[in-house]
Amino acid sequence: MSTTASTPTPLRPGPTGALSPARTLATAARVLRQLRHDPRTIALLILIPCVMLFLLRYVFDGSPRTFDTIGASLLGIFPLITMFLVTSIATLRERTSGTLERLLALPLGKGDLIAGYALAFGALAIVQSALATGLALWFLDLDVTGSPWLLLLVALLDALLGTALGLFVSAFAASEFQAVQFMPAVIFPQLLLCGLFTPRDAMHPALEAVSDVLPMSYAVDGMNEVLRHTDMTATFVRDVLIVAGCALLVLGLGAATLRRRTA
Amino acid sequence: MMNYDAVRTDPPDGTPDDPAVRADSLSVVRGTRQVLRDLAFTVPRGQITGLLGPSGCGKTTLMRAIVGTQAKVTGTLDVLGHPAGHPSLRTRIGYVTQAPSVYDDLTVRQNLDYFAAILDPGRSAADRRADHVTRAIADVDLTSHTDALAGALSGGQRSRVSLAVALLGAPELLVLDEPTVGLDPVLRRDLWALFRDIAASRGATLLISSHVMDEAERCHRLLLMREGSVLADDTPDALRARTDSETVEAAFLHLVDEAAAAARAKETTR
Repeated sequence: MSTTASTPTPLRPGPTGALSPARTLATAARVLRQLRHDPRTIALLILIPCVMLFLLRYVFDGSPRTFDTIGASLLGIFPLITMFLVTSIATLRERTSGTLERLLALPLGKGDLIAGYALAFGALAIVQSALATGLALWFLDLDVTGSPWLLLLVALLDALLGTALGLFVSAFAASEFQAVQFMPAVIFPQLLLCGLFTPRDAMHPALEAVSDVLPMSYAVDGMNEVLRHTDMTATFVRDVLIVAGCALLVLGLGAATLRRRTA
Repeated sequence: MMNYDAVRTDPPDGTPDDPAVRADSLSVVRGTRQVLRDLAFTVPRGQITGLLGPSGCGKTTLMRAIVGTQAKVTGTLDVLGHPAGHPSLRTRIGYVTQAPSVYDDLTVRQNLDYFAAILDPGRSAADRRADHVTRAIADVDLTSHTDALAGALSGGQRSRVSLAVALLGAPELLVLDEPTVGLDPVLRRDLWALFRDIAASRGATLLISSHVMDEAERCHRLLLMREGSVLADDTPDALRARTDSETVEAAFLHLVDEAAAAARAKETTR
């Protein structure tokens, strides 16, 4: 233990505003560094969507048209689900380990923390979606009329939406058990109502109305627009804006659940 | 006793002579329970103040209130010349929670690098940050474990990583919640030497909680707490003299009995 009597120079306190790019980037780098020490999670995140698509391709071996619809929808749904799970557990751990309390006692803006997480998991989602999209298009003969870049764009926005929902939901989970149970509670109803199993306009009118206000419906609609049209349709632009808007809204709600003072 | 009076007559403005912490009619409610009731005390600057009392007496709640993470705090609580929880205090206070709050899946250095980047962000500060991190690791004697994952360390080592984070940026006030719990005698002695050094050479104020009474002898001043109230606010010597006791532990027991007797007397006169 060193007990030398020299005084370190005091730090120059940085600005403590709502968003500081340096703090946001430091947080994103820290989250990615944590993941790097956990290669199994990375492998699962990246490989599972690919394996599922592969499986699906041969489940629908006799009807490639069905694979086109479901495959494109799933390219939007996978990033949402995985990012939801990863984020809700990661933030919950941050809350229960006391590091969140420590961070909020430091000059870290709530927006920095949320944006840092969104950035880190967004980067991961890009890798995940790029691999899944590439595999589906070039090896599994997914027949898409539009640009694969648009597929990737929707997938990324879906991942952000998943991150946002995960952050938000983790505020209401007291344990990992509860956090995992929020998956069926928040994601499954959207999965059933998003038009993956049956077109939304063929559902009971009440359910169709519910599906109209669920963000995953627009994620799947957006994917189907790319599937059927060569250029960006007005519907596609609407879908993308709705998913992005929902992601931002829920991120904002997530930031509001972070309290510097707790009981 | 002289110290006590000197502190109480300090001017109430934000000059450096002002106490590091000044509380008046400070109360905290958690749920339906009143955890702190009507506290009034000061913590002088540049000294080690021990916060002692049995488990559950409100030490952690008081520390959280001072750091600004406790909700439902009423009364006056000024820290370094600002109301507790003021944004400008966030770089000036180092806080160590009872359970180590570090990332288990990062190495010791990566943990400190991150918290240093939050305190002092930006590429231009990278060199200064690296110095602070290296120094903080040396301060808690973990230089040989710099690149070990925090989760792979022993309990005592992890709590020292947590302490190192609080030392970053040379804070003016260090609030340490049971920092020596579970440590062996050699480490405890070394940590107390570090605490005294931080107070003496860096002029920092330390507020250290403990329920081990023998650590009280190492503090400049003591705040003795019991059931959400301050029983005594004095130097260890003055406490022993006042209660005619050999040790601080005996003094504390004497004060507890005295308080209980006073409470009983109040009951009967009612």
